[in-house]
Amino acid sequence: MNDMTLLERKVETQDIKIEARNVQVHYGNTHAIKDVNVKIEDKTVTAFIGPSGCGKSTFLRCMNRMNDTIQACKVSGNILLDGEDIYDKRVDPVQLRAKVGMVFQKPNPFPKSIYDNVAYGPKIHGLYNTKSELDEIVETALRRAAIWDEVKDRLNAPGTGLSGGQQQRLCIARAVATAPEVLLMDEPCSALDPIATAQVEELIDELRQGFSVVIVTHSMQQAARVSQRTAFFHLGNLVEFGETGHVFTNPQDARTESYITGRIG
Amino acid sequence: MTTFWLISCLILLSTAGFALGRHRALVSAGGQVRNLHSLPSYYGTNVALSISVPPLAVLSVWLLAQPLFIESHVAAMIPLEMIPENVNLSLVMSDVRRVSEGLDIAIYQGLMSAGEVEILDSEASDLRGRLGDLGIALGSDVRPEILDAARRYRTMSHDGRLMMTIVVGLFALVGFSRSYGQTDKDYRARNAVERGGMALLIVAASLAILTTIGIVYSMLFETINFFGLHNWRDFFFGTTWAPNFRGDSELSILPLLWGTLYISFIALLVAVPIGLFAAIYLSEYANTATRSFAKPLLEILAGIPTIVYGLFALLTIGPMLVRVFGRGDDGLLGVEWMTGATSVLTAGLVMGIMLIPFVSSLSDDIINAVPQSMRDGSLGLGATKSETVRQVVIPAALPGIVGAVLLAASRAIGETMIVVMGAGAIANFSGNPLESMTTITTRIVSQLTGDTDFASPETLVAFALGMALFVLTLGLNILALYIVRTYREQYD
Repeated sequence: MNDMTLLERKVETQDIKIEARNVQVHYGNTHAIKDVNVKIEDKTVTAFIGPSGCGKSTFLRCMNRMNDTIQACKVSGNILLDGEDIYDKRVDPVQLRAKVGMVFQKPNPFPKSIYDNVAYGPKIHGLYNTKSELDEIVETALRRAAIWDEVKDRLNAPGTGLSGGQQQRLCIARAVATAPEVLLMDEPCSALDPIATAQVEELIDELRQGFSVVIVTHSMQQAARVSQRTAFFHLGNLVEFGETGHVFTNPQDARTESYITGRIG
Repeated sequence: MTTFWLISCLILLSTAGFALGRHRALVSAGGQVRNLHSLPSYYGTNVALSISVPPLAVLSVWLLAQPLFIESHVAAMIPLEMIPENVNLSLVMSDVRRVSEGLDIAIYQGLMSAGEVEILDSEASDLRGRLGDLGIALGSDVRPEILDAARRYRTMSHDGRLMMTIVVGLFALVGFSRSYGQTDKDYRARNAVERGGMALLIVAASLAILTTIGIVYSMLFETINFFGLHNWRDFFFGTTWAPNFRGDSELSILPLLWGTLYISFIALLVAVPIGLFAAIYLSEYANTATRSFAKPLLEILAGIPTIVYGLFALLTIGPMLVRVFGRGDDGLLGVEWMTGATSVLTAGLVMGIMLIPFVSSLSDDIINAVPQSMRDGSLGLGATKSETVRQVVIPAALPGIVGAVLLAASRAIGETMIVVMGAGAIANFSGNPLESMTTITTRIVSQLTGDTDFASPETLVAFALGMALFVLTLGLNILALYIVRTYREQYD
């Protein structure tokens, strides 16, 4: 807990990166997210926890407008990235997603080589001028995702041939290569074994130096290990949001306490 | 007893067997279903199957084998000099069959008695006239040898049928007594019926395979005949297709193969982009409402008979192309490149239209099989929809799409009606798509229709062409399946 209080002090000095105001999400007739207000800070790991179906993944997907691809989904309220509403008509969701990257539950490398997987984002957005610059971006991204040493000799091998944990780190490298400002992670470790999970968690902590990370997780231990801030969702409501240490040791809401202690969920 | 009555009896018997078996099982369990190993209906079915299936199997084999056996026997009775030149044995045998059939009818109608038939003398009685009255027309007067053979044929058929009835009945009886005897509360009737069901499925599967083998075998036989009459070098390496029914024809597959491949190529040039783009629109861009009416509409194209496409080629596309590329100064382009409505382009365009739903519906299934997570990954990196489709979805679906295209190609190569009506009949080695050309399938049709002589290479070449076509499309299908299988698992 000593470690956590240290981090806590650091956290309080950060700027607000994303601010959600009165966000409502409807899937057809289902009211999936009810009036959520939350402030995500820069250079911080924020964890969303809660029982299955509580809306945490839905809310995460609102932050880079991935829900646009689902026809039945309607979002209202405001989500501000650096003070600008991302649901404004002038905002191009494609550009937004380059700034707010995403890592998914199941590793989803493209059926391309490892190199091309990482180079995908930079190629689309034209983030380089020369081939050597691209090589550098790829190497940096793979190093930041802590997978460089494992794949540097086989960059042309297909990304789908890696192990599950390696694939997920490759996907993180792919997201990092696009130079996002925020990285959204939707249960990034749910398909991984404990060793790979530990590697990815370590990685998340390092990534915090560069940008703000939002992670959805089912594992409360994981939330406690990697995050500085925790939000607890229940049945579409944001029940509690605060500094991770506080949420876990001294929850204000009875529902949070029940969930953390394993009585609901 | 006729076959129809025999089968009816078997059905009746097995229905009775069902009831009996069911009853016996129930009795053995003291009326309590829970004491039985299987449900009562399984015991009934087991008995019914034992009564019907083996006799039916014997029956069908017997029906196939008996005529063969009798004919080979009777054919031996006909002296060789009876067979005139240029007439083969099967013609004489069909006379024999007709006479014996006529005798049967005569007896049935009471014109002759069975005893009278035995002592019938072909020279004394006007058999041809008498049979003619019964509606059996014979080509010539019945000769004594034929009459003898017909008599023999008749008696053998009768004896054979009697034997068949007895054997089938015996099998039914044995089946009944065995399965009925076995029926007991501990007998595993459910498993026995299960095995019966499996056997049924195996029979169905092997019938399909055997039919394929039979088709290939029959074609192979005639193909070998053809190569006995015609030089294989001319067939495979000649350059001219000029059948000539007085003999001395040049029968080379190459001009036909060229026409076939050229037309198929144009068809694919039309069908692949349009079909693929339609599939991409339907699976990636269209919303559920659009998709739910656009997809069935597109698939209606697949239900149009190819002869209708042929008419479309002949009446609409052909004249339209002539208006564009022909008619000199009256035409749209003011050129005189095309004279008739039939051309490679006409057939190719229409065949391409025919293949659109084929390509699109296969590609649509394949594109839908690309996991959504792959698209999410790309969209999540800030790619647009079309970038995602081009760089992620299509590469992932490519092996399947290649497979779909190859399947479409093999359909194009085997397509007949459109090319018969749209492509013309002149075998021609030319690169000009506005000229008439002909294809393998068209030539098969024309070589086999009309007056044909199955001893001449001009007719038999149809089988060699058919065989070549079969090998070609089989090769394409195998290649398509191989590609699809090899690369499929990668993304599952």
